[in-house]
Amino acid sequence: MAWSFYPLGDSAVSVEFGQSISAKIHKEIRAAVHRIEIDPFPGFIECVPSFAAISVFYDLAALRIPDRNRTAFDHVCSILRDKLMLTGDGLRDESTRIIDIPVCYGGEFGPDLGLVAESNGLSEEEVVSIHAGEQYLVYAIGFAPGFPYLGGMPDTIAAPRKKTPRLRIPAGSVGIAGSQTGIYPIETPGGWQIIGRTPLELFRPDESPPTLLQGGDYIRFRPIGQDEYLRLRRMQP
Amino acid sequence: MSIEIHKPGLLATVQDLGRTGYGKYGVIVSGAMDRFAHRTANWLAGNGDGAAALEITLSGFAAEFKQDHWIAITGGNMAPVIDGRAVPMWRPVFAQRGSRLVLKQPVSGCRAYLAVSGGWDVPKVMGSRSTYLRAGIGGFEGRALRAGDELPVGQGRLRAPAALTGDDSFYAVSWAVPWSVLPAYRQNPEIRFTRGRQWDDFTHRSRQAFMELSYKVTPQSDRMGYRLSGPSLELESPREYLSEAVALGTVQIPADGQPIVLMADRQTLGGYPKIAQVISADLPVMAQAAPGGHILFREVTLGEAEALYIRQERKLKRLETMIRLKLKEGYHA
Repeated sequence: MAWSFYPLGDSAVSVEFGQSISAKIHKEIRAAVHRIEIDPFPGFIECVPSFAAISVFYDLAALRIPDRNRTAFDHVCSILRDKLMLTGDGLRDESTRIIDIPVCYGGEFGPDLGLVAESNGLSEEEVVSIHAGEQYLVYAIGFAPGFPYLGGMPDTIAAPRKKTPRLRIPAGSVGIAGSQTGIYPIETPGGWQIIGRTPLELFRPDESPPTLLQGGDYIRFRPIGQDEYLRLRRMQP
Repeated sequence: MSIEIHKPGLLATVQDLGRTGYGKYGVIVSGAMDRFAHRTANWLAGNGDGAAALEITLSGFAAEFKQDHWIAITGGNMAPVIDGRAVPMWRPVFAQRGSRLVLKQPVSGCRAYLAVSGGWDVPKVMGSRSTYLRAGIGGFEGRALRAGDELPVGQGRLRAPAALTGDDSFYAVSWAVPWSVLPAYRQNPEIRFTRGRQWDDFTHRSRQAFMELSYKVTPQSDRMGYRLSGPSLELESPREYLSEAVALGTVQIPADGQPIVLMADRQTLGGYPKIAQVISADLPVMAQAAPGGHILFREVTLGEAEALYIRQERKLKRLETMIRLKLKEGYHA
């Protein structure tokens, strides 16, 4: 395994595991984050993993650098290199969570479902069955609290972003942008094509962890009707 | 123990030093934009680093003290007055119950910090009192302050000064934070940077322009980022980058070629190429750059950036110690 280290300013180091999206790299990243977090070095603040990199944030003034001629960056890199070596082989196989995401597709909850169907020469039912027929890996959480960066959507239902983004997209909206799909956890402006909505709360600030989804989870979308949407919505905190 | 907001001005929020440790869940750091001014305000009010202060943006703030309070105002100078009399900044001030604080147009900078002895007593959410506007959490009910809000204050540890008479609206101590330690707030600041991850991917002409020409702060700048306008910056050969973490001070270049300097409310991950990183030591100055100002970027090495920050932190430690000693002499309970 070859890692490349580079500074993200004077208070963070990014470790690149590669330049592509792959489940293998993702697994290595998860193991490395775990290894760094269970044994944090003095000054460590947090790890923020993404598709193919981990960014490690630290408090520059709290680092204990033994060699005065060394930069803080070099010091942190050498700590991280040691930790990564330990995770290089024999990854413990963690149990994988598969999370069921009920989605009410189309209608007022999915105003762009027709457009996605039309641009791919499919019926709305076909789009739903393709979208809900896959299992998606949560590569990373970012952009908004609990927003999943997913891999694995079939290109057959890909659709370009809206030319003019909507000013508000309701929380729970499930969208497609290019060959990505995702769920908006909080209300934001956005340019994705919205095909449905889930009644689940993805962001749960009073719980620990504060999000329904975490990196490494798999999710599956399950089509539901409006009645079930309303019933599940009422059960949310 | 509270104050009542009469006018919040453009934007007033409760902020502490941010919500760290939740980046992997997509939860942004938030926190004070100018951490130098924020921390100093808290020390002057007899609080620790972790207390919350009000961040008041640009102008038009007014509030009434419902009780006697020790306060401190730092950061951008918005000509603060209490009951019509100018209040000195960067020092402890005792405001009498019923007095009214007003912040006007900025004379310099664009964000003032108002700390109160005991700290603003709003609940912590995920370990922080910082307001995260978009998610509606933290701070005062997860939102910006509005007229009529009564903001609670925690138990302070400073006692009333002997020098105050019943007629005075406020009393200011005779000492202040020395000018020499303050950040070099300027209308047109020079901001130092280190090279970003994609520095080499930009055209030679773009890199030269970034270093030699100035960039104007546009009115579209906010707590999320400073949107700058100036010579367009282009990649040698445009390509898509994988989204990855961004940091406070990351300078990213979207497709229109105009730089965005990411600040306190930045999102956790970003996919735009990063041409540069503002050094930590210059972030307080960056945070006080007001729309209309011009920024000149100057490159330093990573080693220089680290040394400048460590020097600043040492200076702040000494300042904190000095303030604590002064407070002990006079007004500590």
